[in-house]
Amino acid sequence: MRPRHRNLPRYPLLSVPVPAGFPSPATDFTEDSLNLDEHLIEHEEATFFVRVTGHSMTGFGIHDGDLLVVDRSCPPVDRQIVVAVIDGAFTVKQLCRIPDGVLLRSHGSGHGDILVSEEQQLTVWGVVRWAIHRV
Amino acid sequence: MSFALIDGNNFYVSCERVFDPRLEGRPVIILSNNDGCAVSRSNEAKALGVRMGAPWFQLRDLAHKHGIVALSSNYALYGDMSRRMMSILAQYAPDQEIYSIDECFLGMDGFGHFDRVVHARQMRRQVMQWIGIPVCVGIADTKTLSKLANHCAKKGLAGTDGVCDFGQLSEGDRNHLFSQIEVGEIWGVGPQLTRQLSARGIGTVEALRTADPKVLRREFSVTMERIIAELNGESCVDLEDVASARQQILSSRSFGTYVSDLASLEEAVASYVGIAAAKLRHQGSIAGRVQVFIRTSPFRQDLPQHAQAVTIPLPTPSDDTLLLTRAALWGLQRIYRQGYEYQKAGVMLMNLSPAGVRQPDLFYAARNSDALMTVVDRINATWGRGTLRSAAEGVTKAWGMKRERMSQRWTTRWEEVPCAEC
Repeated sequence: MRPRHRNLPRYPLLSVPVPAGFPSPATDFTEDSLNLDEHLIEHEEATFFVRVTGHSMTGFGIHDGDLLVVDRSCPPVDRQIVVAVIDGAFTVKQLCRIPDGVLLRSHGSGHGDILVSEEQQLTVWGVVRWAIHRV
Repeated sequence: MSFALIDGNNFYVSCERVFDPRLEGRPVIILSNNDGCAVSRSNEAKALGVRMGAPWFQLRDLAHKHGIVALSSNYALYGDMSRRMMSILAQYAPDQEIYSIDECFLGMDGFGHFDRVVHARQMRRQVMQWIGIPVCVGIADTKTLSKLANHCAKKGLAGTDGVCDFGQLSEGDRNHLFSQIEVGEIWGVGPQLTRQLSARGIGTVEALRTADPKVLRREFSVTMERIIAELNGESCVDLEDVASARQQILSSRSFGTYVSDLASLEEAVASYVGIAAAKLRHQGSIAGRVQVFIRTSPFRQDLPQHAQAVTIPLPTPSDDTLLLTRAALWGLQRIYRQGYEYQKAGVMLMNLSPAGVRQPDLFYAARNSDALMTVVDRINATWGRGTLRSAAEGVTKAWGMKRERMSQRWTTRWEEVPCAEC
């Protein structure tokens, strides 16, 4: 079996070299190993990875150097953490709809909140589903 | 029959814009291998008069004057975005033929009970939302017509909002539309055919559609008769099975600089064998012959010209990089002539057959290399192409591709994923 894709499902090798003995009672209950992709990625085609720099989102559990799992498949919902485009650059913020526009909220040290008025065009690039960091 | 042809607008530029929003609204061009010529242009670049295939050295002044952003081809990125796009579109119909990196046909039979245009709009919306790539959709009764409908959608000649369904046009409207479109826009009618048809007074799609197929078949070929039938709504070309394995695999490049010594050519040829053999194993085939070719630049008639190819039959069909490399290098040594500035080399694996049905040779004991090749492919899949390669490919690769303006491989390398500040 040759590798065909990057995200290979991992098939467990249940090798039971007991030619003469009693066969393993586990063989009838073989299940696939757990695959982290399955857990973290809902829409494979729409999922992208983004690296975080900065400390303004630590209050949301997003730290400098984290790897974000970003899903573009659904339009953002109020209060979701999103990757937005501000002045041509990517930024990670919480999306808050307020009466006079949209507030991109931080929760940590560093940058403050960004108020985006109705006239200014805000592009939400994707919704952050997971932040992965080494503990 | 009914087909939809979906393709990405300015696909390479659109891929770049997804990951670099600053490119939005600016004139952008993507250069071919070795930063040779423009292969994809944003609408802004087209408006400035950048022609498809225009050589980069001719564009430098214009680019400087208008702030055109020129990028090297980032095929790792385009390939990954293409895979995502095709996978999304596959959900819209039972049959899909991936025709090129940025376009596919969908079989739309059995969609009679609901609106195909609404279906097509949904495709556009989803591809845009999920991966940020704008696409256009053409729908018609034959593949040739669906290509043409796509052209109309893209140019805004018919249909609305990037979707054009010829089934929605009255016959009169369609004939009028066809008389506005040049015959060269038809799928399969290249520049040479366009000239020959024009010489016979056939300058528009409508003129070809109403021409006598029997007469044109005699003057051209059966292909021309088929094109005319397809233009008249008679489907002659069905969807091709995507899974059907390729019959030959080509790997060739132009060099970054001219190459005259055999050692560098050997490195290049060995590298191309490595790439082609990996593709061969990926599709589960073995090759019976290896062709190798080299040539000088046809654009430099001031330099001595030499172009030659040789085909080497293998003692037994194989997918072993090392065996294929040996055969290719043997061939290269036979066609190489000293004193020429070579500009391109390539390797073609031919006479492909499924790897399962290998007939052993009585006089040639093939080394069983399956395990080794599996390891090579697995390591290269994990760590990137060329991580593990035959020593013949060389280390420095001075002949390698010029890609001085390449963006990051945003989606295929962990160390190159986009950064977001916060």
